[in-house]
Amino acid sequence: MKTTTRVAKVSAATCTAFTLLLTSCIYNRQSAIDPAGPQSGRIDTLWWSFFWLLGAIFLIVMVLTAMTLTRQHRGFEQEPLEALHKASEKTEARLRSVITGATIVSIVILFVLIVASTVTGKANSELQNKKNPLTIQVTGTQWWWQIEYKMGDPTRSLVTANEIHIPVGRPIQIRGASNDVIHSFWVPNLNGKRDLIPSRITTEWLEADHPGAYRGQCAEFCGLQHAHMALWVIAEPEDKFNAWLEAQLQPAASPRTPEEIKGEQVFMNHACIYCHAIEGTPAAGQSGPDLTHFGSRRGIAANTLPNTMGNLAGWILDPQTIKPGNHMATIEVSSGDLQPLLEYLESLK
Amino acid sequence: MKLTTVRNASGLAICFVVIACQRQHQDIRPSPTQLAIYGDAAKEDALRPGGPVSPQPTVNNPYNASAYDISEGQRLYNWYNCSGCHANGGGGIGPPLIKQHWIYGGEPANIFDTIVKGRPNGMPAWGGRIPEYQVWEIVAYIRSMNGEQPRSATASRADMIQPSPQTLVNRTNDQTK
Ligand code: HEC
Ligand code: HEC
Ligand SMILES: [Cu+2]
Repeated sequence: MKTTTRVAKVSAATCTAFTLLLTSCIYNRQSAIDPAGPQSGRIDTLWWSFFWLLGAIFLIVMVLTAMTLTRQHRGFEQEPLEALHKASEKTEARLRSVITGATIVSIVILFVLIVASTVTGKANSELQNKKNPLTIQVTGTQWWWQIEYKMGDPTRSLVTANEIHIPVGRPIQIRGASNDVIHSFWVPNLNGKRDLIPSRITTEWLEADHPGAYRGQCAEFCGLQHAHMALWVIAEPEDKFNAWLEAQLQPAASPRTPEEIKGEQVFMNHACIYCHAIEGTPAAGQSGPDLTHFGSRRGIAANTLPNTMGNLAGWILDPQTIKPGNHMATIEVSSGDLQPLLEYLESLK
Repeated sequence: MKLTTVRNASGLAICFVVIACQRQHQDIRPSPTQLAIYGDAAKEDALRPGGPVSPQPTVNNPYNASAYDISEGQRLYNWYNCSGCHANGGGGIGPPLIKQHWIYGGEPANIFDTIVKGRPNGMPAWGGRIPEYQVWEIVAYIRSMNGEQPRSATASRADMIQPSPQTLVNRTNDQTK
C-alpha cells in the first residue's frame, strides 16, 4: 500500500517537472531550448541529442538494475564455488567481455559527446555570414547593463541601458566589457553565455531569425543584486529597427506641459545629474543608466520592475527596498516635486 | 574536557562572527536619526569656520569604522567628482586631502560641514544635493585616507591604478580593428 502511494507521488512529481519543461518550451520564454537564431538552434539540437542519448542509457541501466535485483538464484552447480567466493571460468570470461564492451561503449559515447559540444561551441563563436554587422557594446555594471551602438560615425553613436534592439537577420557583434567585476551576458534564446571581464573585451556573435523580445540576464554571480540584472533583446524587422534607431539618436524630448517643465527642473536640482545623463540637458553623469529615452524602455532598474509611473515613484523614493544594495542614492524628493519628476521622466520617449 | 573545548571553540567562533558582522554591517538605508544631523554638524563659528570650537564637536560619524560605508564613500568620491579637484587625495585644483593640517578642521563633523556648506576659495557646497548619509560615507572615506579608520575596516590595497573603462575600450577598439 505504502509503496504504491510513493510510486504515485514520484510519478506525479515527474509529470509536473515534464509539463513545466514542456510549457517553458511552448511559450516564448527565456529558454535555451526555444531557439530564435541559428546559434541557439545548434544549442537546442545539442541539448536534445544529449537528452535522448543519455536518457536511453539511463533507461537501459535502470532496466538492467531491475533485472539483476529480481533475478533468481542460478542453481546447484554454482554453489561449491560460491562458498569459495570464486566465480567459474565461464562466468569470469563473460564478466571480462562485458566490462571491456561497456568501457569501449562509454569511451565512444563520451568521445561523441565531447566532439559534438566542441563543434557546437566552435560554430557558435562565429557566424557564417558576417557581412554588414552591427556592433553593440555591452558593459556590465553592478547591477545593470550599459548598451552602446557604435556605427563608425561618432556623431551617430548611441548610449542606452538594459534594452538592446536588433534587426532580424542581420549579424550582431556584441562587444562585452565590465566596469567592476565579472558579469556574464546570456540571452538563452539567441546564444550561449559570454563573460564580461574587467580590463578586457570579449566578443559574441548573435543573429535573430524571427522578431520577438528575448529576455537575458547576468549569468555570473556579481554581488548583492546579481539576480536583478536582466535585459531585453528586441528583434524587429529592419525598417522598424531603423525607426527606433533614428528616434534614439535624437536628444531628449524637451518638456511640454508645465508639469514636465517643473519635473526637468527638479531633476536638474537634485543629485540625479551627477549619476545620470540626459542628452540635450546639463545632466551628464556617467555612473548610472542614461535616461535620454527612459520613457521608451520596458523596465526600471535592469528590468526589476515594469516601467510604469507607479513603479517609478517607488523606485525614486526608495530604491534600496526594491533592489537592496544597488548604487542609486536614496534622495529626498518632496511630495510636490515627485509627480512632475515622474511625468518628466516618462515623457522622455 | 572535550565539552569545554567545544564550548570554548564555539564561543570564539561566535565572537568572530559578531566582530565580522560589525565590520561588514551594511546599512543600505539611511535611518531618520542619521538624516536629522544634517546641517551644522560642527556648530562652527561663522567668522572662523573650522577654527577651534568650544565645546568640541560632539556629532560622530555614524559610519565610522564600517568597511562597507568606507568603500561606498570611495565610490561616491569618484562619482561625485571630488577626484576631479582633489585627485585621489593628493590634491589638484583643490588642496590635498591626505594631510596633517586641515584648513577647516579634520574632525568628522568639520569635514562634513566643509562638504555640505562649501568653502570660500573654490570648494562648492554640496548640501541639498548629495544626500547627507552619503556625505557621511565620503567623510568616513576621507578619514580612511589619513589612516584615521581602523585597519580592519579599510582596504589593504588601493585599486586606483587600474585604467578607466573608457581608455580601455578605446585601446581595445584599436586592437580589434
Ligand atoms: C549616486 C548615483 C545616483 C544618483 C544620485 C541617482 N541615481 Fe538613479 N540610478 C543610479 C544607478 C547606479 C542606477 C541603476 C541601478 C540598478 O539598476 O542597479 C539608477 C537607476 C535609475 C533609474 C532606472 C533606469 C533604468 O533604465 O533602469 C531611474 C529612472 C533613475 N535612476 C532616476 C533617478 C532620479 C530621478 C534621481 C534623482 C532624484 C537619481 N536617479 C539619482 C544612480 C544614481
Ligand atoms: C571645483 C573643484 C572642487 C570640487 C569638485 C571639490 N572640491 Fe573640495 N575643495 C576645493 C577647493 C578649491 C578647496 C579649498 C577651499 C578653501 O580653501 O576655501 C576645497 C576644500 C576641501 C576640503 C577642506 C580641506 C581642508 O584643508 O580643510 C575638503 C574636506 C574637501 N574639499 C572635500 C571635497 C569633497 C568630499 C568633494 C566631493 C564631494 C570635493 N571636495 C569636491 C575644490 C573642489
Ligand atoms: Cu552581473
